[in-house]
Amino acid sequence: MSQTMTIQHRGFRSLKARFTLRWSFWAQTAFITILALALFGPIANLLIWTIAETWYFPHTLPNQWGLKYWQQVFNPYSDVSGSLITSIIIALCAVVVCLLVSIPAGYALSKHTMPWRVGFMLLFLIPQAFPNLTVYINIARIFYDWGLNGTLLGVVLVHSVHGLMYSVWISVAAFSSIDPMLSRASRNLGAGPIYTFIHVVLPQAAPGLIAASIFVFLESLDEFTGTFFVGAPEVTTLPLLLYTASMEGNYQISSITALILLIPSIGFMLIINKFMRPEMLSKLGK
Amino acid sequence: MRASTSNLLLIGPAALMVLALFLYPLFFSLVSAFTQDDLSFTLAHFVKVFELYSNDIKFTVIIVLSSVVLLAILSIGIAATLTLSPFPKLVAVLALLYRLPLFIPFIVAAQMMRTFLAKNGLMNNTLVAMGVMTPLETVSLLGWSGIIITFVWKQLAFSTLLISGAMAALNRDQIQAAQNLGASRLRILVDVILPQVMPTIGVALVLSTVTIMSVLSVPLMIGTGSPTMITADIAFRVNSYGDYHVANALGMVSYLICAGLAWFYLRQSLKDKGALS
Repeated sequence: MSQTMTIQHRGFRSLKARFTLRWSFWAQTAFITILALALFGPIANLLIWTIAETWYFPHTLPNQWGLKYWQQVFNPYSDVSGSLITSIIIALCAVVVCLLVSIPAGYALSKHTMPWRVGFMLLFLIPQAFPNLTVYINIARIFYDWGLNGTLLGVVLVHSVHGLMYSVWISVAAFSSIDPMLSRASRNLGAGPIYTFIHVVLPQAAPGLIAASIFVFLESLDEFTGTFFVGAPEVTTLPLLLYTASMEGNYQISSITALILLIPSIGFMLIINKFMRPEMLSKLGK
Repeated sequence: MRASTSNLLLIGPAALMVLALFLYPLFFSLVSAFTQDDLSFTLAHFVKVFELYSNDIKFTVIIVLSSVVLLAILSIGIAATLTLSPFPKLVAVLALLYRLPLFIPFIVAAQMMRTFLAKNGLMNNTLVAMGVMTPLETVSLLGWSGIIITFVWKQLAFSTLLISGAMAALNRDQIQAAQNLGASRLRILVDVILPQVMPTIGVALVLSTVTIMSVLSVPLMIGTGSPTMITADIAFRVNSYGDYHVANALGMVSYLICAGLAWFYLRQSLKDKGALS
């Protein structure tokens, strides 16, 4: 008697558990669907604007579709191609500057015995830990005295400082993870310190340094505020062009520019996604 | 050469760059906010800031607080689903989905929202097509709500990445034990997971605040004139008047907003450790 009761009771419990499980499945699916709509909606709107020739209120979709503005954008004399080249030159220069100063700094900071190590690590964090708008207006004012305002060099320097935190911190992580025995073996076999660094240490740290370069490149490509104060109006990068076009109400040009900026971002994200796991991120800086 | 000297030489160029191009301008802004042109001390710039921009300061604080609260709720929700959901397929989709805006530049996000949230944007158009509202009832969300939506949309990926990373690094045994003792998933989240990842949540939210106070493109492109965020006021003060003193005084206010949040977080975490009574 009591046995059947328990079986019945168990059957009821498992039914209830199954119901809860099914309910939470649908609740989570609904949550993910809403999130997907909220994430993809704005992107879809941007894509539609890139191929809309006219779109007036209250039409749900554009009145006229076409690629007219793409031809305008990819005309070799257009502002877009010019500022695309400027943006890429600036981003590449920022990568070079960051690597030049971060490789030695990252190598030195990877040795845990270094005095004031934490202090230096924090120093490189500061540009990301302070709201940088106020700093940029003062850099612009200082650069004005130094003759750097409105020059490529000025913009490259501003972007480099902004990217320095990524390049230094990732370099430190890259140099920390290499095998110290290999460089010791190289030294024992009679290689000099510089030869060892270039031929033994650097190749092992290369994946990390490439990741750091990608971060600096993207940060520079997407940087708006610093360029707005230091570069404009002489230096026009893609984000500045996007802003100007959008404020003039020229949504087609600004959407196409935005799409051009999106391509490297999404592409690099797919690459980095392979290396970057949230679990790994929690180990960064240790 | 001693090892520490050579280390300093190696770090030198990078450290010098931060000193010359970040700390020096930061110091410059501090001096400029409190002095007149002849370097004599004054508080006149702050008086002017509160006369002209007290509304905008309130507006900025409200935007920052609402964005941070929304970010906390949403990213904890996503991270908890990722950690506790019994459906591996849904977790895989969600893990891919939430990272989407991570590398989308703020200026692109601002341009997307400028079209998406407008009166004739895709959001309103979809609602009209679904019959939820008529074209005449549509309202543009550009303004304070649009600014909050854009910041949350973009910053959600970053804060969720940090928080779900902290949750993934937790010891699974405790969760397993709580589950075996019959605790519901909500109870596990509140009583087991959240207390342990609180520091990471705090860091994610403070860093998000700093980002919100640094981004100029969103208030310029989504905001609608008055009231506006003080970041837009700073740009206006510099570009239209060349008035660096008041702009820097406004900058001090923006530091204070970030510092206020950081202080709140530090005090809270000290309280949890029992250091403060």
